[in-house]
Amino acid sequence: MRFIPVTCEEQAEMLARVGARSVDELFSDIPEDARLARPLTLPEPMSEIALAAHLESLAGRDLDGSRVVSFLGAGIYDHYVPAIVDAVVSKPAFFTAYTPYQPEVSQGTLQAVYEFQSMICQLTGMEVSNASMYDGAAAFTEAALMAARVTKRDKVVVSGAVHPEWRETLATYVESGTLEVVEVPAAGGVTDVSAVGEALDERTAAVLVSSPTFYGTLEDLASLGALAHDAGALFVVATDPLLLGVLEPPAAYGADIVVGEGQALGNAVSFGGPGLGLFACRKAHIRQMPGRVAGKTTDVDGRTGFVLTFSTREQHIRREKATSNICSNHALNALAAGVYLAAVGAEGLAGIGEACVAKAHYLEAALVGTGHFERVFDAPFAREFALRYGGDVAAMQRHMLERGFLAGVDLGRFAADDAGFVLFAVTERHTREVLDRFVEEVSAL
Amino acid sequence: MSTFSNAGGSAEVPMHEPLTGTLIFERGAAESRCVEAPPLDVPAVSLDAVLGGRARSVPPALPHVTEVDIARHYEHLASANFGVDSGFYPLGSCTMKYNPKIDEQACRLPGFARIHPYQPEETVQGALELMWGLQEALAEVAGLPVVTLQPAAGAHGELTALLTIRAYHTANGDPRAKVLVPDSAHGTNPATVAMCGYQVVQIPSDERGGVDLEALRAALDTDVAALMLTNPNTVGLFDENILAITEAVHAVGALAYCDGANLNAIMGKSRPGDMGFDAMHINLHKTFATPHGGGGPGAGPVAVTEPLASYLPGPLVARDGEMFTLSTPEHSIGRVRSFLGNFGVLVRAYTYIRAVGGEGLREISEQAVLSANYLKALLEDAWPVAYDRTCMHEFVMSGGPLRKATGVRTLDVAKRLLDYGIHPPTVYFPLIVEEALMVEPTETEGKATLDRFAAVLRLIAEEAQADPDLLHGAPYTTPVRRLDEAAAVKNADLAWRPEDVEA
Repeated sequence: MRFIPVTCEEQAEMLARVGARSVDELFSDIPEDARLARPLTLPEPMSEIALAAHLESLAGRDLDGSRVVSFLGAGIYDHYVPAIVDAVVSKPAFFTAYTPYQPEVSQGTLQAVYEFQSMICQLTGMEVSNASMYDGAAAFTEAALMAARVTKRDKVVVSGAVHPEWRETLATYVESGTLEVVEVPAAGGVTDVSAVGEALDERTAAVLVSSPTFYGTLEDLASLGALAHDAGALFVVATDPLLLGVLEPPAAYGADIVVGEGQALGNAVSFGGPGLGLFACRKAHIRQMPGRVAGKTTDVDGRTGFVLTFSTREQHIRREKATSNICSNHALNALAAGVYLAAVGAEGLAGIGEACVAKAHYLEAALVGTGHFERVFDAPFAREFALRYGGDVAAMQRHMLERGFLAGVDLGRFAADDAGFVLFAVTERHTREVLDRFVEEVSAL
Repeated sequence: MSTFSNAGGSAEVPMHEPLTGTLIFERGAAESRCVEAPPLDVPAVSLDAVLGGRARSVPPALPHVTEVDIARHYEHLASANFGVDSGFYPLGSCTMKYNPKIDEQACRLPGFARIHPYQPEETVQGALELMWGLQEALAEVAGLPVVTLQPAAGAHGELTALLTIRAYHTANGDPRAKVLVPDSAHGTNPATVAMCGYQVVQIPSDERGGVDLEALRAALDTDVAALMLTNPNTVGLFDENILAITEAVHAVGALAYCDGANLNAIMGKSRPGDMGFDAMHINLHKTFATPHGGGGPGAGPVAVTEPLASYLPGPLVARDGEMFTLSTPEHSIGRVRSFLGNFGVLVRAYTYIRAVGGEGLREISEQAVLSANYLKALLEDAWPVAYDRTCMHEFVMSGGPLRKATGVRTLDVAKRLLDYGIHPPTVYFPLIVEEALMVEPTETEGKATLDRFAAVLRLIAEEAQADPDLLHGAPYTTPVRRLDEAAAVKNADLAWRPEDVEA
């Protein structure tokens, strides 16, 4: 395939106008020793028909959600994506646009961002949301860094019940010693509240927790928030936006910064990315917030319009003094999230959340009832739960895969202490018939 | 003034409703619904009981709309937007090339869109083979053997590479404190340096637009961890001294990092690895035609030399006979994000590379450079070019003389271009050029488009002479006109709230 419209004849005219004898002459600034004297060694170009067949063949080798019953979650969820979502994000005027630096011809993007920010504020109860981050891990990490700037302190206390890949990302970012991270181990699938209390001191910038936790359990956010605030630290809560139709918003527990992975809102599972990082905070802290934000204003004729604002926090203006190096965000995924939330509304979101919770509890009770799984945590859960399997997890998962089920996430892959634990995620897509069939197969183990 | 013709209508019944300004929250009615939850087929639960008293008491104020409300709303918003499919988008340094439609189809195949990152490797061999193929292709284009696809964007790639370099120095028992960044660099470079806990040392450019070699040599010492350099650089020039630069960097034990924002100029012509760079990031959303999405998602894979490879973040895809597996390098800096990267973006870039092949990539760079030089030749008598040399895929003009002569600023010129249906070039960057206009036509524009752009810019220069106020007031034909950015900060209206409506 070829995406160059200039013809050979035009190319000759262009060269003549430039005053060059050949295209190669235009590359004469490249020193001889830095030139590539051979063709790139890459596969031959393909026609569109051949390429489409090749891609279908590759994709066909993957066991996708339409051909298997999956209970995998752990941060990425296979919720139903309404048709209207893809219809909107497929509009070229949205997906082929750049960052809205020329607001007069970017009102579509900018208004959609403002509406997205508004919806995230409504969901979380916070005053301000940015236009998105890369993913939940990036938002979580940036929240720790922001808390240090806000409080001018240099240590954070992180719950061991937060997604291990998020904790690992934070550790990578602060490796240079800019921030000390103290991890408080989980106890019973939730944060050990008394251990948090012991870890807090006058250097602590923030307490960072996740509810639901990585284990699907719900934290005692009220106690954790009070502890953080008593120590003069910020309270950072990672949330699951899809459940905020049924769960109290983090702001109700005093959260100062709310982060989350927003993929579940209208975005494909897509092997884990791109989803989007959610980031919301108090208005008082906006000048320390990372990422872009859209604001409402008026044009010279008095018409309502939207612009990127508070840009003096950002790298293109502040350079090394910026609040973050983030430039590109996940705008198109945020657009999908906004369309999704508009499509389901508060009632749909509550209904979907309720379906997830009811089905998860139905499955959990049934699995425990088979005698092959054992309840390990007392804390309440929403749409995801961990159980201890009585036998070899890997062998069980292989056995169930042969029967058309991806039987949860083996938590032993993340921590030796969690060996034997299996994490099951349930969404509104799982019908009772499918759940019963799975339980039947488990009973036969 | 109105942007629409008003041959009819009245104050109460305008002929055209504005496309934007009415929020989705203000559409529909309280009973409007679009997507509802399916009927519950398992026993209902008491939410407050099973959630341990955490059930939501007040529902979030989300829109109440029907599907047709949503379809119209976003269609109106889209029509107030400008994308590559709308028209010429010569936004320098951003490589706003055409985004092939097959890429969009590819990433939506169920075998790519509905697979989970924690599935067993044997159930995702197609996806892993695609990632492996992309790693191999990017390594070949970069001239650097090992690639991680993890970073989500260019700035994220910069961070990943600098942390990798930091780990390398630390492992050698030689931690260093400074990173050199030219004054022409993107803002992300110094911001990344600061995030990695390094000190930024700015290096001036010389009068030919390249790195000032003397200043560089003076700044280099054994406390320098790396030089971050965009090459071709942000004024669109290939640094003729590149080999001397990387040699000088290596001479003090520092590493050379290439910001790959401008890779579209050199594919198949020259490779950063062959220039002496140790690491680079590649913006798939620039060079490899994945769409910008109104600000993202992008992807910023990082390519490195063998000595740096064992520090890369995991996981990487490896080939083991006929099987593709995930693994994390031995001395890995750890994760820089969750899961496996922006896979949907990776699918698009892979599709693009397989569509055009190696010779196609070379042809793309050749045309991108020819088109930029052609446009420069058409314009240089009316618009002074910052550096009068053969450029690569972009060039920078200065609006300084025009401002002096007429009071018309580059900002005014940019806004006037909107009236002609053209997206403006990048303005006021790089910072080292007064009233800068940075033009990157890309290879996917035809000659007629370039000719018209040149004619329009020449006309705008004439308009500036004849009637500066015309330009100060531009644009006139866009859905909204110049917006009050100061008021946006002052009012800080960053979210709609139901209480504003009730008030």
